Amino acid sequence: MSDTLLRISNLKIEGRSDETWMPIIKGIDLELKKGEVLGLIGESGAGKSTVGLAAMGYTRDGVRITDGEVLFDGVDLVKASLPDKRALLGKRIAYVAQSAAASFNPAHKLINQHVEGPVRHGVMSRAESEEDAIRLYERLRLPNPQEIGFRYPHQVSGGQLQRAMTAMAMSCRPDLIIFDEPTTALDVTTQIEVLAAIRDIVDQFGTAAIYITHDLAVVAQMADRIKVLLRGEEVEEASTEEMLSHPKEEYTKSLWSVRSFKRPAKPAIQTDTTPVIRLKDVNASYGQTPVLHDVSFDIHEGRTVAVVGESGSGKSTAARCITGLLPPTNGTVELDGSALPADFRKRSKDQLRQIQMIYQMADTALNPRKSVGEIIARPVEFYMGLKGREKRKRVDQLMDQIELPASEFYDRLPSELSGGQKQRVGIARALAAEPKFIICDEVTSALDQLVAEGILKLLAQLQDELKLSYMFITHDLATVRAIADDVVVMKDGRVIEQGPKADMFTPPHHPYTDLLLSSVPEMDPDWLSNLLEERGRDNVGDMATDKMA
Amino acid sequence: MGLLTLFVVSIIIFTAVNMLPGDFAQAILGQSATPEAVAAIRRDLGLDQPPITRYFTWLAGVLQGDLGTSFAQANFASFVGEDSGTRTTVADQIAPRIKNTLFLAGVTAVIAVPFAIGLGILAALYRNSAFDKVSNVFTLTSISSPEFFVAYILILFLAVLNPWLPSLSNIYDGMAFSDRLEKTMLPALALTLVVTAHMMRMTRAAIINLLASPYIEMARLKGMKPMRVIVHHALPNALAPIINVVALNLAYLVTGVVVVEVVFVYPGVGQLFVDSVKIRDIPVVQACCLIFAAVYILLNLLADILSILSNPRLRHPK
Amino acid sequence: MITLLWIIGGLLALLAISWVLRKLAQVVTGNKPRFRDMPLAVALGYVLGVVVLAFGVWLWFQPNAVFFRWFVQGLAISVVAAFIFRWLGRTVGTKTTKKAFRQMPLTASFGFLVILIYAICAIFAGVLAPYGQAEVFQNVNVLPGGNPATGGDPAHLLGTDQIGRDLLTRLIYGAQNTVGIAFATVCLAFLVGGSLGFLAAVFGGWLDNILSRIVDVLMAIPSLIFALLLMTIASAWAGSQQWLLTVYMVLIIALIDSTRVFRLARAVGQSIVVMDYVEAAKLRGEGLGYLIFREILPNATAPLLAELGLRFCFVFLTISALSFLGIGIQPPLADWGTMVRDLAQFINFAAFSPLAAALPLMAAGAIALLTVAVNFVVDWMLHKSSGLKE
Repeated sequence: MSDTLLRISNLKIEGRSDETWMPIIKGIDLELKKGEVLGLIGESGAGKSTVGLAAMGYTRDGVRITDGEVLFDGVDLVKASLPDKRALLGKRIAYVAQSAAASFNPAHKLINQHVEGPVRHGVMSRAESEEDAIRLYERLRLPNPQEIGFRYPHQVSGGQLQRAMTAMAMSCRPDLIIFDEPTTALDVTTQIEVLAAIRDIVDQFGTAAIYITHDLAVVAQMADRIKVLLRGEEVEEASTEEMLSHPKEEYTKSLWSVRSFKRPAKPAIQTDTTPVIRLKDVNASYGQTPVLHDVSFDIHEGRTVAVVGESGSGKSTAARCITGLLPPTNGTVELDGSALPADFRKRSKDQLRQIQMIYQMADTALNPRKSVGEIIARPVEFYMGLKGREKRKRVDQLMDQIELPASEFYDRLPSELSGGQKQRVGIARALAAEPKFIICDEVTSALDQLVAEGILKLLAQLQDELKLSYMFITHDLATVRAIADDVVVMKDGRVIEQGPKADMFTPPHHPYTDLLLSSVPEMDPDWLSNLLEERGRDNVGDMATDKMA
Repeated sequence: MGLLTLFVVSIIIFTAVNMLPGDFAQAILGQSATPEAVAAIRRDLGLDQPPITRYFTWLAGVLQGDLGTSFAQANFASFVGEDSGTRTTVADQIAPRIKNTLFLAGVTAVIAVPFAIGLGILAALYRNSAFDKVSNVFTLTSISSPEFFVAYILILFLAVLNPWLPSLSNIYDGMAFSDRLEKTMLPALALTLVVTAHMMRMTRAAIINLLASPYIEMARLKGMKPMRVIVHHALPNALAPIINVVALNLAYLVTGVVVVEVVFVYPGVGQLFVDSVKIRDIPVVQACCLIFAAVYILLNLLADILSILSNPRLRHPK
Repeated sequence: MITLLWIIGGLLALLAISWVLRKLAQVVTGNKPRFRDMPLAVALGYVLGVVVLAFGVWLWFQPNAVFFRWFVQGLAISVVAAFIFRWLGRTVGTKTTKKAFRQMPLTASFGFLVILIYAICAIFAGVLAPYGQAEVFQNVNVLPGGNPATGGDPAHLLGTDQIGRDLLTRLIYGAQNTVGIAFATVCLAFLVGGSLGFLAAVFGGWLDNILSRIVDVLMAIPSLIFALLLMTIASAWAGSQQWLLTVYMVLIIALIDSTRVFRLARAVGQSIVVMDYVEAAKLRGEGLGYLIFREILPNATAPLLAELGLRFCFVFLTISALSFLGIGIQPPLADWGTMVRDLAQFINFAAFSPLAAALPLMAAGAIALLTVAVNFVVDWMLHKSSGLKE
């Protein structure tokens, strides 16, 4: 008996689109030993989740396995009968889904869903399994392990649900667990807790795992070996250390280098200049709930201010106050030293022109019924009053700036563009108004890393050429490192700390900034271990309870 | 909320009726009536009061079960010179018919609800199969057909060509239950066909939506048997949408009943309503309209309440 | 009771048969996954399907199953016609229409074909119909078929009604009147409901609140009941002028229907208004007209068009029902709902003259066919647009 647990050979999978079958996975081999953790990474559309599910002999609707075999402990899951497969699923192979909130049945208590597997597979009695569940909850450092199982899923927070789901996957002590992007939907500070918990429990029980993610730094913490996928094909596979230090393929190298993009720091601000945008003690509320408290910061000409914070910190609300979509209840927004009317409807055309915006979701930011040319031409016509040939000339020029040649793209509809190209059109539309100041709202978070890097480079280059000022809203500190000149950290509607980037990334920090900074996974495989040691084990559990309160 | 809506609806019905041109009394008695007779009728029916007073008098009456006096009956009574005390009230006229209509609706619901939900679930489970496609075409066709088309086809096949069921539903009081059921069968079947199609499509959509949710996939990946996935994981969550579907379709039944009753000459409220509309018997029209609206509103309200009750998120707040 | 037992017994027998057949198939195919993993319910489904088919074949050869044969023939003709129409669509026309036809299921192409035929009938009714719609002939109650030996008359292919009007003529004019009036009503409802709905979505605030409340209350009354109530009043207003009653009917149904259109237009409008590209246009300082006509409307056409189809069906059915009840489209206009009511008693002669019994069903079927066709097309459109989103 060998110690190979899972062997996938020459796996081919097709998916149906418009009545025809298109290949999704084009022949993948994979081998997993007992107790080993394999990281599966790739960009969106690489087919990582499909491979993960296929490792369980499962395909979603409209997807089918056409060739190859999935040998789990000697049983070919592709050919096995349904009852045979059912006997393995949940008992020896378990699954942890990306969205725990959606994957727990809302009609049953957590513990009832937990014990279902052991009881139905005849591994434990109900009482034994309930006790075991509480022990697992304890190990995963869930607050109130005795009681949390008796809650309904909607009564528990996202990070805790994700850990409860890991506990559920562990309930039968499986040989293999598939983790399908378990932390993607979580904030960085929550992500850490879940990562630590998962790694701990997998270590303790010696469970083999396939860890699927798009985040290199995360996979570096979790996996023994890493396999890189690109459009349904394997790029390369190696042990984690080797993969991080000596990637062989061009594609892998380019993935790695994304994180190293950094623009040179700019000289400090001259204190006597008027800032392009100044927020002075801005307060704002949605209905009766206050969301911003005395927010003040400046944005100077030609500089990028990154506004950082987790979801709900009020960073997007601040942007809405600047644009005038949400008039502040108190405080003012100044443009070039003079106060702007609070409501955008009362601003002059020129004031509106000076402040432009680029959105997170390029899909919803472009009117799907207009061609790229029309979208860019509208502000040219509206603000500059250009018509006919002159307008066309200006649009062509703008399209050159965003590196989408007009000859090819002018008549295309947004649906015919890729995500990165759409985002470029959004940039061109903002540039067409010839503004001084552009708000970039999470412009790269919906994009794959390589594409995101291209957008960041383009923005940096445009800033140098046109002396633009950016307000860069993001939750991703890697982006901040890459592009920001100054940083504003926000939490719960307040500015926690602000200053030039160099100051922000060197201690001493505000405790929250510190937590935020240290929670961002790094490419070092030992990063998580070191960090946990530094913070002390118990601390992590406490943080979880803090977040609840 | 439902009561408030009902109140507003009653106002609408009342004002709508009061927008009638000319004089009711004049209309009832015809052009040749003497002014004294007209005035007498007006006083008798309370038509000389201002509208708001009349509305509240009417509403107070309705709340006590007094729906007013039918014009047709009043007309008849004054013709033969009888004393006004013996006139039949609207309530007397409507009460037995409500019973009949409820019976018809009840029989329909008993047949249609299990049938439709069963078929809907089957179609959802085996979606894109031949069964699903055939039933899709079939339900679309029967939704699109006017009620009277379905009704006449049933008459043609089940009553005329094969004399299995009576095509006329002459129901009267004191009939044996089995006879009554037999006579109600054809109209009930016609209604069933129309309602089933709606209910089945809505059930199918609700179940498909549910089966696509990640927790169903999770249950399958936990190695649960298909039966358990459906009974234990899908059903508790399907209850809310299914209850909603049933209540909405029962509300829809209220409208369908009118045409079907006319086709089969079934002595229900719908038939009375249409007859009264034709002879412009305002109090009866008013009363029928109010009854239909009330049932409709109550069923919609019921749908809302039940779906809240069966939603775990709302049953177990944070 | 005994019938019920028979049914249950029969089902159990079928269940047993399907179990045996599945076992057999498993053995014969050497346990292929297709049969190995087949639930018993699916096997039963196949067996039931075969039984139903066999019953159909048996029925076909029964001498008195005239209607069944007609039905099957009609179905076959429809399928062939739809097939030919789709093939034509794929070979003739521009690139876009060809592409649309290539992805089209048979039901949708059948729908398009039927709508086309109705449209031609409605527009050219005056040319196609042999007589005028109100023309009265001497021959009363001529039976259909055109054969004098069976009480027909070659001059009146479908016969005449009680007062001697040619039925074929009235059937063709019915397309013009019933469909035309329904179409006008729907357009009116869309004009009113649609524009108010969009305004409510764009403006929000008190305007939205007031309009939504009004619509909520109006929608709390079942539409057919409300229509009947208002028609009572309208009939008093119209007095003896019958054409005025038809106009009132259009207005009343348009009003009732516009509430439903309002709901949809508002929902669609709201889902578009929150889009970032609308926000971008607002921040640019664009006016209301530009927002509605350039940013919102072009993106609302697909759901609105589908709704237009469904609403048309609904209005069409309501008008037919009203006419059937005797309070809708008034004579002398020819109309299908009224025809069904007038000819209904012929059904009782089905055993002697199937053709005569088919007459009221033909008028009712004409209504059903069009709504079915529109529904098929809308179903396909909805399916297509929802598929694109995924």
